[in-house]
Amino acid sequence: MWEYTDQVMEHFERPRNVGVVARIDGEGQVGSLSCGDALRLTIQVDRDKDIIEDAKFQTFGCASAIASSSALTEMIKGRTVDQALTLTNQDIADFLGGLPREKMHCSVMGQEALEAAVANYRGIAPKAAEGTIVCECFGVTDKEIERVIKTNRLTTAEEVTQFTKAGGGCGKCLPKLADILARILHQNQSKSPGNGQSSPGNGKASGRMTALKRIKLIEEAIATQIAPALMRDGGDIELVDVDGPEVFVTLKGSCAGCPSSKRTLADFVTERLRTLVDPEITVKEYRPEP
Amino acid sequence: MKTIYFDNNATTDVDPQVLEAMLPYFQGRYGNPSSMHHKGGEVAAALREARKQLADLLGCEPGEIIYTSCGTESDNTAMWSALRTQPDRRHLVSSRVEHSAVINNAAFLKRQGYRITEVGVDREGLLDMEGLKNALTPDTALVTLLWANNETGVLFPVEEIARLCSEKGIVFHTDAVQAVGKIPINLKETKIDMLSLAGHKIHAPKGIGALYVRKGLKFAPFMIGGHQEGGRRGGTENVPYIIGLGMAAKLAGERLPEENTRVKALRDRLEDGLLKIPYTMVNGSRLCRLPNTTNISFEYIEGESILFHLSHAGICASSGSACTSGSLEPSHVLRAMGVPFTAAHGSIRLSLATTNTDEEVTEALRIFPEVVIKLRDLSPFWKDGGPVQESGLLSCDTNNCQICN
Repeated sequence: MWEYTDQVMEHFERPRNVGVVARIDGEGQVGSLSCGDALRLTIQVDRDKDIIEDAKFQTFGCASAIASSSALTEMIKGRTVDQALTLTNQDIADFLGGLPREKMHCSVMGQEALEAAVANYRGIAPKAAEGTIVCECFGVTDKEIERVIKTNRLTTAEEVTQFTKAGGGCGKCLPKLADILARILHQNQSKSPGNGQSSPGNGKASGRMTALKRIKLIEEAIATQIAPALMRDGGDIELVDVDGPEVFVTLKGSCAGCPSSKRTLADFVTERLRTLVDPEITVKEYRPEP
Repeated sequence: MKTIYFDNNATTDVDPQVLEAMLPYFQGRYGNPSSMHHKGGEVAAALREARKQLADLLGCEPGEIIYTSCGTESDNTAMWSALRTQPDRRHLVSSRVEHSAVINNAAFLKRQGYRITEVGVDREGLLDMEGLKNALTPDTALVTLLWANNETGVLFPVEEIARLCSEKGIVFHTDAVQAVGKIPINLKETKIDMLSLAGHKIHAPKGIGALYVRKGLKFAPFMIGGHQEGGRRGGTENVPYIIGLGMAAKLAGERLPEENTRVKALRDRLEDGLLKIPYTMVNGSRLCRLPNTTNISFEYIEGESILFHLSHAGICASSGSACTSGSLEPSHVLRAMGVPFTAAHGSIRLSLATTNTDEEVTEALRIFPEVVIKLRDLSPFWKDGGPVQESGLLSCDTNNCQICN
């Protein structure tokens, strides 16, 4: 059974603000019946003061989806529209004393419904609809994924799925998620102080970066992208050493005995590391002395 | 609040007679059955008796039973053995609605280079027999199928399939974890080569399972160790649990008629009562099914929410919804059957046992409509006692998703 807080169970069993507001000034709908959860949020706004007078919801979904919707309405009532928009999905989760990681997408759904309702009130296109769809199973766009990664400081593809549902269906988009993740992690690193030399936004590190940065980037690419991909096929990879452009790794599990392991190395690991870190890289398999 | 336990396909309460039979073997009768002294001897004799009790339930010889730790270990052992003893054959046949013990094993074997065929089922959950026949080739090492589906209770004609495999010289294994104790089984009159079962589904504790291996079938042990179980499964016997499983098997045999009359009648009354709630449907064949299981979809509401409200009122059940599984997609069984997504997310499995009563069914029929109404009132897809005409906004907008297609 999920580990739900008392607040989650309270808002699930006695949800606040169920229904539709008397005068719909803004309406936001996210999710769908097929996806397993859907939320319709309506808001009534005092247009002179720009204050949300009333907010009500209707939700199809699990206990945490209902609790997140109830929490959302409680949190935005009485606030100005601008104040409400500063709300993040983490604020909704915090209001409920936290959500299981696997259920964080419920809080994201709340935030998106709010943005959609405000956009509808202001007569503009909702933010979530921007960008191009990455996950076809759940209709999640790259912009949405990027934002959730940034606001929640996510570091693994698994977390991206837990927070956005992207990648949780057929899994076809998982490499794309990993790419987005790596790009953002890399941007964050480029922004960190003491690294004025690397070119931001380039996606690849230049040859001028320090050895330490380079090793860190290689480590990160292996941990967040290459290892998860190999693990899906029952294998694993470990970084042994970095010497100039040469990267030494060991392959474990199914990969080690796999007849195509040479190919796996040459094609996959090299390609990934060259794309993500440095086009000069060559990968060598390190075999310990028997 | 009184608990109404309708989740007996998940696990069952240990029967008091089972516990009583087990207790002396924790303290006092602690000998190792392999030991050559009286402390070992008394335990070895008790093990022989327990093995006979289980063999009687299955209609096989005691020597054809190998004790394991659970149903999953039994499934793994059967698949491993069939492939190890026939290294030239690289093909395995299974179905799309198997237990994860088989499905995930098959996926692993596929990565190892084996060819896997997963035969489909129809809208009622019944096996595509033509598909199965067409899948059998001279390269097929093993056919492994559930006898009774854990989610819907739908039965596969495993005796017929075992005959078919036998004619073609293909090893046949069935995961009968849900079938044992609920339908009559007489293995010596079938061509089944291997059968898996788990104690905790028939009122023995968790942590004990068994694998039937037909006498004369080539076998390769999964757990290599000592001479226990005739060298077919190493490790000192889990004595108290084996004794418990023996008693549970004896009781299951005695209760089999009740299971198929009184329990079946309870299940039918419960099911008929729930179908009176509008926009509900049964998932799976109502004819070819275990006597204790029903899988019902409550449309336009979500399974986990239903379960929590039921639990709050004392009822224990389970669901095939995405949210309860920790994955993001509803049950693979319901999807394989083509249950529409409007219904899959709101599916509830109720599984009864001889421990359930008529009063419990009455109480459940009082509680269920309240829960369903409460959640439908919350749902954006429900208005004024019926589903909302499609607004266009709440439907899936990608048209390319696995769940819908």
